[in-house]
This record gives sequence, structure tokens and C-alpha cells, in this order.
Amino acid sequence: MDATTNCVLPRYRVVRDEAACTGCAQCVRSCANGVHRLRKDPDRIVINSRACVNCQRCVVFCPELALTIRPWPQVGTGSSTWTAEAMADIAKQAQTGAVLLSSMGTPAPYPIYWDHLLLNASQVTNPSIDPLREPMETRVFLGSRPEILKINERERRVVEPLPPQLKLDVPIMFSAMSFGSISLNAQKALALAATELGTFFNVGEGGMHCDLEPFADHAFAQVASGRFGVDAHYLNTAAAIEIKIGQGAKPGIGGHLPGEKINSEVSRTRMIPEGSDAISPAPHHDIYSIEDLRQLIFSIKEATGYRKPVAVKIAAVHNAAAIASGMARTGADIIVVDGFRGGTGAAPKRIRDAVGIPVELALAAIDQRLRDEGIRSMVSLVASGSIRNSADVVRAIALGADACSIGSAALIAMGCHQCRDCSSGRCNWGIATQRAALTARLRPEEAAERVVNLVRAWTAEIQEMMGGMGINAVDSLRGNRLMLRGVGLNEKELDILGVKYAGE
Amino acid sequence: MTRRNIPREGEVRIPSGCAIAGIMDRSGARHDGGDILRSIALMHDRSNGLGGGFAAYGIYPDYADLYAFHIMYESREARAAAEAYLEHFYLCEKQERIPTEEHPAIKNPPDIWRYFMAPHPMRLAASGLDEAEYTMQHVFHINGKIEGAFVASSGKDMGVFKGVGYPEDIGAFYRIGDYRAWAWTAHGRFPTNTPGWWGGAHPFTLLNWSVVHNGEISSYDANRRYVEQFGYDCELQTDTEVITYLFDLLARRHGLSQQMAAHIMAAPSWREIDAMEPDRAAFETALRTVYASALVNGPFSIIVGSEEGLLALNDRLKLRALMVAEKGPMVYLASEQAAIQVVCPDAENVRSIEGGVPFVVQRDDVAAAKAGEAAENRAVRDWPLEHEVGVLPRKRREA
Ligand code: SF4
Ligand code: SF4
Repeated sequence: MDATTNCVLPRYRVVRDEAACTGCAQCVRSCANGVHRLRKDPDRIVINSRACVNCQRCVVFCPELALTIRPWPQVGTGSSTWTAEAMADIAKQAQTGAVLLSSMGTPAPYPIYWDHLLLNASQVTNPSIDPLREPMETRVFLGSRPEILKINERERRVVEPLPPQLKLDVPIMFSAMSFGSISLNAQKALALAATELGTFFNVGEGGMHCDLEPFADHAFAQVASGRFGVDAHYLNTAAAIEIKIGQGAKPGIGGHLPGEKINSEVSRTRMIPEGSDAISPAPHHDIYSIEDLRQLIFSIKEATGYRKPVAVKIAAVHNAAAIASGMARTGADIIVVDGFRGGTGAAPKRIRDAVGIPVELALAAIDQRLRDEGIRSMVSLVASGSIRNSADVVRAIALGADACSIGSAALIAMGCHQCRDCSSGRCNWGIATQRAALTARLRPEEAAERVVNLVRAWTAEIQEMMGGMGINAVDSLRGNRLMLRGVGLNEKELDILGVKYAGE
Repeated sequence: MTRRNIPREGEVRIPSGCAIAGIMDRSGARHDGGDILRSIALMHDRSNGLGGGFAAYGIYPDYADLYAFHIMYESREARAAAEAYLEHFYLCEKQERIPTEEHPAIKNPPDIWRYFMAPHPMRLAASGLDEAEYTMQHVFHINGKIEGAFVASSGKDMGVFKGVGYPEDIGAFYRIGDYRAWAWTAHGRFPTNTPGWWGGAHPFTLLNWSVVHNGEISSYDANRRYVEQFGYDCELQTDTEVITYLFDLLARRHGLSQQMAAHIMAAPSWREIDAMEPDRAAFETALRTVYASALVNGPFSIIVGSEEGLLALNDRLKLRALMVAEKGPMVYLASEQAAIQVVCPDAENVRSIEGGVPFVVQRDDVAAAKAGEAAENRAVRDWPLEHEVGVLPRKRREA
């Protein structure tokens, strides 16, 4: 066995029900990984299970439901330490000498605090409200505010106008996903959905493709350490700007877009040469400290005439509360905290699986710290990274968020099956790929409709839950931790989350 | 009842339903407590004997420029500690036991005192606070730190008389018929638990504010965590307490009118705002944006008393009853219409308070003075500190 011998076992076994299969070869056309191949003579389809990433495209599209993907049936060693995965990782690195790359949110079984937080409902002493009969307000504004509003009561006007605000009809936005990491069609779907829903999408760190400019009123333009695609036009086109300091899936390192995904369109939008790796530096090289962040925030505000809110996004890390409080004081209008279970197009596996903290704890700590400092009402706080459903949104708002951003959930609505193979650029769902044949599978209007359906369904559920609590405006849910109770949590966790135990 | 096994207010959140009433003479003429007593007594069934009380404005004209503290003590040690504390920070003109009358239904009352005081001028100046803020801090200290002492009220020319019992019995116990006030409010309580603690009865007060409330707000924790940012310690965990602090924050500290403060707390819906003409919509949007966490949600009806007069407010959906009627300079408010008619059978303009629309009654002289004031709010923190320098406030020295 030499260094190049591949002793990594396949992860999946693709099973074809020969009795059901009609040989239509839909699976052959479905799979860009070349798992299914048509053999002439005799006519049959052969399977290369090793290449399967479990994206489930062929399973969903097989008209006869003849396909299933199963785990590779090799028995493990029986060791809890040297699991098949632990050994496969070592084997890969022994073979390549490389950093392990992976995608999407960590699959590791860390606690999901959302599942330990239960919601309240009114009984007897206070009526629940029927969202079908009464207005149930989900509108929120994001931006910084003065502590005290100066008004003229007689003339009913504001004496000092507010800093710029973003109006969200639903407390749900779409997380930053760049052109390059996802396809333009996927971005267009998010842009269409955000416009339809009255919320915002985020072009990510790869610049804004000209096709997205018609939706710029609903776009965040991101400024990351690589500054790809950033110029005055870019900043002034978008509705708001987000400075990306960190991302939950890979705190401490910059974005990484492999050269294979950089075709001419991506190259033009990012303003970098075709085929070259787009590697964002780990830090912003003009931000080595909090006062530097202030300079960048105000450079952007100057460049945009103080007409756009500036958000700053950080990964949820150990000291998030203190960092966020510093950010609020540097002039950030919106603080975005991204939890470590959040997704990514590509990240070193070890970093994705080992760095950062859960967004629930970071969010609770940040909200409380800002309140201790008396400045919570003066900035907006957005939570992202593993928001899976409407109850998670309600929990996040009750912990203290103004709004949530969803990334993975929106992609799943478009077809993503969380195979976590985005970095290969062969996404069979046309999402995390730039191959024309694959991106054509995702029609923006259809994908947008699915995303809109998802958010509308969540909104209806949020309204039901709020109504049950006797609350008819999301304003009264924000930071309302009495609406939460913990189960299966220890004292310290309850303390950080600022919630009581169920039954208390 | 000895000190309980059941947690009291502040240790646990206790929802309750209630009866509330208010009577005011706009002209400023003063009336004894007989009418308010009869009005609240009529609503006997809305309380369950676990709390009742009254707030009265204009009862101490001889000491009108001094802070009148009503303090309840559960022990002699508590009184000694509180008095030592007050002596340090205030100059006391007069202190006495509040006269009470034994009543068969009133069991085990605390020792209840009142003090007429001016802030110690040197300590006030050294604190860097204005008088109101200074007084608020000391009230918070006594209530939070001195075991067994509770400041029932701390305003000027006003006072609160409250305790555990039906409101009519509490009124008799305190002999409220002996006091004459231009505004009275009353509260009868129906708590779902039995804390049996006098301090937990209502009205709740701070400085000149008194609040009586019927309802259970669902926004409690959002409101609490909002005001706590600004130094309001929600020790009692009650709706009334947090509503009082919201008024103090918005009206006193931020300099907004009481009506505007109430408007913020029961803001128009986005649907209504979207239908407004653009300038008005922008104004309402700014209010809702800056004061999003001051929105009070869930069923409530409140009557707020202050040196200006009374203010009544219902939640936006109008989930709690509150009636109003007038007769000459008199204004009557009550949870039930009958409670108005029992004291003023020929009351006019009997109607219910509209959901989300503040109903404001100002004393005539206050209304006249306000008409001449600037329409722009000025935050307290932007005013220069004007401390009295003598031992007693100027007016008292001259008197
Ligand atoms: S990679 Fe996807 S499409 Fe290809 S065989 Fe596996 S599940 Fe099917
Ligand atoms: S986006 Fe595509 S490649 Fe990435 S996890 Fe989803 S299905 Fe797999």
C-alpha cells in the first residue's frame, strides 16, 4: 500500500430495486457524480456507490421509486473512539496530507438548545388571541435608534429623524450566500422571495450580479475580508450593508471559493480572475481592533451618505457578549450573531465541527449584556445559524433577537438535501454549483415560490404561537423570556439563557 | 398570619383580576373618601379580600412641597433600619403613625408610618441626581434592601392607603373618610394566589405616580427587561409595577406628555398606520420603532394618577372593561357602570373607554399651564440640575 492507496470505505450504498426499475435512465441524467451509468449490451444500469454523496436527487426523481441510499453496510470495529468516521478522516489525510474540507452545518451531535426551550400559552387569567380574527403583527424594523425620541407633540412630527431603518414584514431574512458558493439562479430565487415577502436577502461576499440589481431594495450587500465585488456602486445599490467579521460555521477564517467554481460570470461579479481560488483573508486586514471596525463602519456610512444601515456579523464565539457590546458602541446599526451549527459552502471540517458556540447561548448572553449596558434598545440584533422552523424563530425572538436569518432552511426549501458536498461544485439540485447543466435545474420563479411558501407557513405558525401567548405584536415577544421554560437543562444553562425551568 | 411558606410578590409572579375606580374634581376642589369607598365597595365581587387600596391626591396641602413617604413595617427592626437610612438622606419635617382604626376583617396589619421630608441638600447635590431621581433611588433601596420595610408611596401631597382585605374594609381601617383629595383612585384585587402581603396590594406608586390596573399583560417580561435597562428594578414582578415604570420613563424622564406615553404603550396597529397619510404614518412608525419594547400587550385597563390628574387606558383590543362618566367638574371612572351610578346617579356622558385611546383628565390649572408649554419633549437629563440650597425647600422657608 503506497501513500495514494484509497483505503477510505464508501459512505453510502446505492440500492436499486431491479424489479421496479424500468431502465428509464432518469437516474443517469440526475447524477452529476456519475454514480449511475448506462451499459449497453446487455442493457442495464450499473452503480458506483463510492461516488454517491447522498444528495437524494436520483431517489426523488426516480419515477418508479426504485432507488434507496443506505449507509455502507460495513460493520464498525466496535470502538466508540475509533469510529468509522474518525478512521476515514485519518485515512484521507494520510493519503492527501490536506486539510479536510466539508460543507453545510456541523452534523456533530452537540446540544440543540432550541429543543430544550418550551413556549407558553394563555389559560384563564389572560385570553389567547385568535390570529384569524385579530391583527397579529409580525412587522419589525432593523436599524439603530436613539434612546429618547425627540418629537413635537402638537404637530405630530419627529424633530430629529431616525437613522435609516429596514422594514421587515416578517421577522425572517435570508442569510448571506454568495454568487459562486451558490448559483445565480439560487440567488435570484432568494431575491424574488425576499421581495415578495417584504424582507431581505444577502448577496454574500461575492459582489452583486447585475441581474440582482432590480431586487437591490431587498438586498444586503456584504463586505467581507476579501472585499470581492466591493465598490461605491455596489454599496449604494443595496438596501443595507453587512460587514462580515465571521461566520458561525468557520469562525476565525475567511471564505474559500475553489477556482473550479469561478467561471466568467463569477469572475466578473467578484472582480477577480477566472479560475483562481477566491480566498478571503482570515481577518479584515484593516480591522485589528474595535476602533478599526468603527473606521470601516463610518467609511461605509460616508460612502453611502448615512442612508443605509450597517450590520456587523460575527460568529458566535466564547466572548460574543463583550464583542457585541463593543460593536454596538462602534456605530453598528445591526448586530448579527451566527451560531456554530450554521451552514457554509466550504469550511475546514475541524473548524466547522469544533470552533464556536451555539447561537442560543450567544444570543441570550448578547441580549443580556446589551441590556446590562442599557443599550439594547438602540441597536438591532439578528440571530442565525440553525434556525429550523417557526418555533425556533419564536424562541430566538423571545430570547432577545429582533429577527432571524435562515440559510440552510431556505436552500432545503429549494431542494437541498444536506449532502454536505457543496464544495465539490456538483450540486445536483442546481444550488451549490456553477455548472450550467446543473444550475438550469433550478428555475428561480419555482424555487422562489417554494421559499415564499415556507416563510408564509412559518409566519402563520408564528402568529398562532403568539396568539396563544396572548401577544398580538412581535414587539411584545422580543426578549420576553418569561414565555420560555427550559427542560433538560442545568442551572448554568438556565442562567445563561435567562429562563426558568418548566414548572417554575 | 405569620411569615408565610407561600412566596410573596416579587418572589413569584402572581396573576390577578381586579376592580378599579377613580374620581376626580377638575377644578381642584377636594372631596373626602366616602364616594370612592362606595364606588369600589359596589364591585365587591371583583375582589376576593386579598388586597385593596386607595390613592389620594391633594391630601397634604400643609406639606405640599415635601415628599410624603408612607412606609409599612413588619417589625421594629425594619422601622429602625429604614428611619436610620432616611435620616441620612433626608431632612424630616414631621413623622407619625398613620391613624388607623381596628376593623374585624383586617388581620395583622403592619406598623404604618408617614414622613414629610426634603432631600438632604448636600447629599442631593453630591449625588448628581435630580430630586425625583434621588428619591426614586432611595425608595428602591428601602424596598429592595431593608427586609420588612415597604414604601407604599413617595410622592408630594399624595398618599396611598392599601393592604390585605376587601377595599371597603381597608378604607375603613385607614379612615379614608377623614382625608380630602381632588383625585381618588381605588383598587380591589382578585389574585390567583394568596401572598397576603400588604406591600403587594395596589395601587402601586412611585414618586407622584399611582397606578391601579385590571388585567394580565402578556408583554410583561419584554416591558420589564426594557425598563430594567434604565435602572428600574422590578422587585415585585407585577404588571402594575412595570406599567408605572414605563410612565415614569416616558413621561418624566423622556419628557413626553402622559397622553403620548399612553399612546406609545397602546400604539396604533400597523394596519392603521399604513392607512394614515404619509407624515402621520412616519411619525407613528418612528414612535413604534423607538419604543417597540414599551408596547403593552394583553388585556389591561389602568387608571394612572399623578399631580396632573388622572389618565385611563385600555389595551388595543379592549379586552377589559372600563367606564367613564362626567358631572360638572367631576369625572368618574370604574370597571363597572354601576360603580359610577351608585355615587353619581345623574352622571352624564356615560361611556366606555375606547381600546388603545388614552383618556386624560387634567386639573384645570394644569391644563391651562400645559397649553402654554413647548410642544417638543425635553428629556430630564438635558435639564440643568437645579438644587435647592437651603435646609428646606424655598417655599417652606418663606411660609
Ligand atoms: S449522488 Fe445523489 S443523485 Fe447521485 S446517486 Fe447519490 S443520491 Fe443519487
Ligand atoms: S446545496 Fe447541494 S451540494 Fe450543498 S448540501 Fe445541499 S444538495 Fe448538497
